[in-house]
Amino acid sequence: MALTKADLATALFDEVGLNKREAREFIDNYFEAIRRSLEQGDSVKLSGYGNFQLRDKKTRPGRNPKTGEEIPIKARRVVTFKPGQKLRNRVESYVGSGDQ
Amino acid sequence: MTKSELIERLAEQSHLPIADVELSVRTILEIMSSALADGERIEIRGFGSFSLHHRKPRIGRNPKTGESVALPAKFVPHFKPGKELRDRVNDGAKNPGA
Repeated sequence: MALTKADLATALFDEVGLNKREAREFIDNYFEAIRRSLEQGDSVKLSGYGNFQLRDKKTRPGRNPKTGEEIPIKARRVVTFKPGQKLRNRVESYVGSGDQ
Repeated sequence: MTKSELIERLAEQSHLPIADVELSVRTILEIMSSALADGERIEIRGFGSFSLHHRKPRIGRNPKTGESVALPAKFVPHFKPGKELRDRVNDGAKNPGA
């Protein structure tokens, strides 16, 4: 089972005391604020968790894997996530269940 | 944008007291971190998903002394941006200021 926006909203209801509507709206606004910052070209630094950074990729040759046809992959901007040291330390000792 | 700037922006667009906004942001990050620490995936539609990637054990080197050090297998957090985030970031690059 994956953690979803509904689980995060439940946590704000239980732990912060927001009502259900406020909690849902807060979660939506939270992810929207991060998307908007990245959309405007501004990276996002959440200390203790990690940084969302932007990388500009150049055009490079690609291929349609089905037809083998050569098609250039256009220049584009992509988001990368660099986990912070605190988060890295917390996950590195996880003993895998083999399904990751 | 830093965490405190994110808190300010969220406080501006809600009627919640700033203390609730701060606690909410801290709670979100804590719930997400502890899910990953338990090996649980996170799936936020339109934003992306976080999961763990396995790293095999390897022999590393102390860059100062050149000495070999055995590094055990571990898990590292991984983020895969969702379609809406990918598209908006790329479109934002094409139309700055839009």
